[in-house]
Amino acid sequence: MNLLKITLFTTLLVAISGCATTHDSRILQSGNQVELRSMQTRSFDTEDKNIVVRNVISTLQDLSFVIDKADADLGTVSATKLSGYKIRMTVTVRPQSGESVLVRANAQYNLKPIENPNVYQDFFSVLSKSLFLSANSVE
Amino acid sequence: MIKFRYILIAVVLGSSGCATTVPEDAFKLSDTSLQERQVQSRFFETKNEVELLSAGIAVLQDMGYSIDETEKNAGVVTASKTVDATNGGQVAAAVFLALMGGGNVAIDSQQTIEVSFVTLPSKLNRDGYLSRVTFQRVVINTQGMVSRAETLNNEELYSEFFDKLSKSVFLEAQKI
Repeated sequence: MNLLKITLFTTLLVAISGCATTHDSRILQSGNQVELRSMQTRSFDTEDKNIVVRNVISTLQDLSFVIDKADADLGTVSATKLSGYKIRMTVTVRPQSGESVLVRANAQYNLKPIENPNVYQDFFSVLSKSLFLSANSVE
Repeated sequence: MIKFRYILIAVVLGSSGCATTVPEDAFKLSDTSLQERQVQSRFFETKNEVELLSAGIAVLQDMGYSIDETEKNAGVVTASKTVDATNGGQVAAAVFLALMGGGNVAIDSQQTIEVSFVTLPSKLNRDGYLSRVTFQRVVINTQGMVSRAETLNNEELYSEFFDKLSKSVFLEAQKI
């Protein structure tokens, strides 16, 4: 009996401390920024930033997102998907030297940032079909 | 039995601690996505995107929405409203349960509806714009908990919106 209680409390302690992060790291999200940035970014061979912004918007709508904000000059689009869960996503489109634009997406699932590369891969694959352009990885 | 209960509690605590994974289909086009796009979109033969956007704003105002964001260069208008969410069926069921001694049952109380209205130059026809509208809502129950968070896919809702938009575009065109 005692042994079982000890097991329970140990598990409880591990469960609590396992998720415990200090306040600072959650605000500034320390982690591997380079890896995160590369999974969240693709480049597209086009000069027309506005077309890319508009295709980002229609791609998000195809994926059942509702657009929250958009700014064509800055190239930012934010959207939310509700389907029993909540995903909030921001996509930015920036012109790059040469004839291409950089598209970066970051998303949050309920209370957690999404750090699964497959999720971003899925998004860029749908966007690339919408643009009729291939999504190129960026180092 | 007590032993089993402790083990069960330990397992639940251990597994639920940090588990949050994105559903696999969240960023994949669903089989119905093309059909949804057709339900949520209409084509308007106009070269004036701003006029189409402002017609959309007028319709949303008619429906009691407040405009949250507008960006004419990207063709985006977003709006929202918070309204009553009680429905007769739920109230009747709650009253029935209370009469049967079921105690206080939470029923839907209010809902916040968010809309995005988007215009897009048509890829097929240079002389027109596509307009696409999407609705989603979060429903809160009488205990203050979220009871539903969903995208609205009711076909009639969208056709009614576009009926009103068509009239609005017509009215907007007839400037006095």
